[in-house]
Amino acid sequence: MAPDLRVRLGSTELPNPVLTASGCASSGRELAQFIDVSKIGAVVTKSVMLAPRAGRPTPRMAETNSGMLNSIGLQGPGIDAFLQRDLPWLLSRGARAVVSIAGSTVDEYAELATRLSDAAGVTALEVNISCPNVEHRGQVFACDPVDAGAVIEAVRARARHDLPVFAKLSPDVTDIVQIARSCVSAGADGLSMINTLLGMVIDTETMRPVLAGLTGGLSGPAIRPIAVRCIWQVRAALPDVPIIGMGGVMTGRDALELILAGASMVSVGTAIFHDPSACARIARELDEELARRGVKRVSEIVGAAHEARAAASQGRVARMERT
Amino acid sequence: MTAGEHESESGPLQVRGTVLTVRQVDAYYAMTIVAPGIAARFKPGQFVAVAVGGPDTSMLLRRAFSIHDVRPDHGGTVEFVFAAAGRGTRWLAERKARDVLDLTGPLGRPFPVPRDPVSCLLVGGGYGSAPLFALASRLRQRRCSVDFLLGAASGDRVFGALTARRSGRSATITTVDGSLGVRGIVTDMLGQVIHEARTDVIYACGPMGMLRQVTALARRYDIPVQVAVEESMACGIGVCMTCVLPVVGTDGITKMVRSCVDGPVFRGEQVRWDEVGTIPFDAFGAPGWEPKMRRIPARPAADEARRHGHGA
Repeated sequence: MAPDLRVRLGSTELPNPVLTASGCASSGRELAQFIDVSKIGAVVTKSVMLAPRAGRPTPRMAETNSGMLNSIGLQGPGIDAFLQRDLPWLLSRGARAVVSIAGSTVDEYAELATRLSDAAGVTALEVNISCPNVEHRGQVFACDPVDAGAVIEAVRARARHDLPVFAKLSPDVTDIVQIARSCVSAGADGLSMINTLLGMVIDTETMRPVLAGLTGGLSGPAIRPIAVRCIWQVRAALPDVPIIGMGGVMTGRDALELILAGASMVSVGTAIFHDPSACARIARELDEELARRGVKRVSEIVGAAHEARAAASQGRVARMERT
Repeated sequence: MTAGEHESESGPLQVRGTVLTVRQVDAYYAMTIVAPGIAARFKPGQFVAVAVGGPDTSMLLRRAFSIHDVRPDHGGTVEFVFAAAGRGTRWLAERKARDVLDLTGPLGRPFPVPRDPVSCLLVGGGYGSAPLFALASRLRQRRCSVDFLLGAASGDRVFGALTARRSGRSATITTVDGSLGVRGIVTDMLGQVIHEARTDVIYACGPMGMLRQVTALARRYDIPVQVAVEESMACGIGVCMTCVLPVVGTDGITKMVRSCVDGPVFRGEQVRWDEVGTIPFDAFGAPGWEPKMRRIPARPAADEARRHGHGA
């Protein structure tokens, strides 16, 4: 029998736990040329801001071994255009829309939460807190437990009560569990992790940084072990908080790894650049991986690696007793 | 899943194509792949994006190549030209017949063609000339005359000189080292060729510096010019936002547009060449840009430049 891949996100049932990662699928329209966007778990949109934004200068991208750096700078048309054009399109295609929001002040996030709560059809909000806080000398919200909590508290207060709010965490912190706790205390219904890691590449011919913005976010399979570690730590500390895991997922096996660490859902990002049908393929591969292991429901094995550790040590004890 | 079935009949496809041939052409390589759907939908100026490195590759980004030619044999083949300049293209150059590659295409907006039978000048730099030959065929079907102006650093880097000489009404070649044709660069000869060919429309493809100069000269002669830009891309399908450049729309507003889906072909004068690689202060959504309808809190530009948060 085929495994049951359905998962719940707030009041919405997703057909499977494979989502797009924010910033890697725009608002879904381009991917619809290659996959049926209604058949993946959800489309997590590119982060939407209040005002239109031109982003950073080019070059914005550098390929690295098993990864890439990007420095897009949140280019986008702003919330008005998103609500007029992108959200209705996603809903017309039968896709579930998880809207990523980004701001420079707590008030901007709160305003976005209000606007998106007034719009029908949003499945959840993912709060991209890896943005500089203009009111705190450009300190990135996600790197400060107080700032991160303040954003989530404001968003939770303004978002419709039945609209789940997920905080997207940065791995570029000393203690991700501390930030996670702060966000959950502030009212986050769930956590997304991990955002990209800040990196840099220098061209040894020109002897200059490759990216015009100097630094960029590192993504791709190169960072997957970091994602697994972060999800593991947060799941161990906060076992009841749903996690959307992301970070270098290229295959169904990779998605399963994040699920075993504690993710209920998995977002696919950089893999889409390599393979525009990656989300559909990974959902299919995950189905095969679960079937092969005799898993009936994907929800059964969320965080199973934590239990397996106990099981393995029990096994070792048993073997020792036999000898 | 069969790719491409969800959108229009003319949209791009993702296919696994079998390599037919990889051959060296002077300083470049030409690869022919069996890809019937892409061949059938192709229009001159469009490109393919190829995954490189095989399964479990450490090179995640697709390589984009403009389509040189499509042929009906084997159900439909696509040929593209590349220089083995980096790790990914060297890997491609080592492919053999019957190897299978994952490619998406045809991508991007094609060259618009004139309604009337006019005099067209096709300007190419290096292997940027590759997409111009399919365009030439299309133009000749429209009873346009076609003149070529091709240039490169040296003779072995002028792609398609022979074809240009054989098929063009005229063909002018320039090389920096003088090893083929006239010593110099294409823009040295542009005025003379325009004059002799009584050019009505220019099409150009090649390095950004060349396109910028061709556009400037075309403007001087008041001739419309269509350029196919070469910006580095990661996905080729419009989702990664890395290949943007400042382009003025018909509404007069400059936007950072994606060269993969809004281009690669643009009207030359629409591109703000002096500001490629920057965000013009008045671009839509730039720090200096003011929305007409509602005011937003101003963000100090200095703060913006100082911070390197990594929201993407």
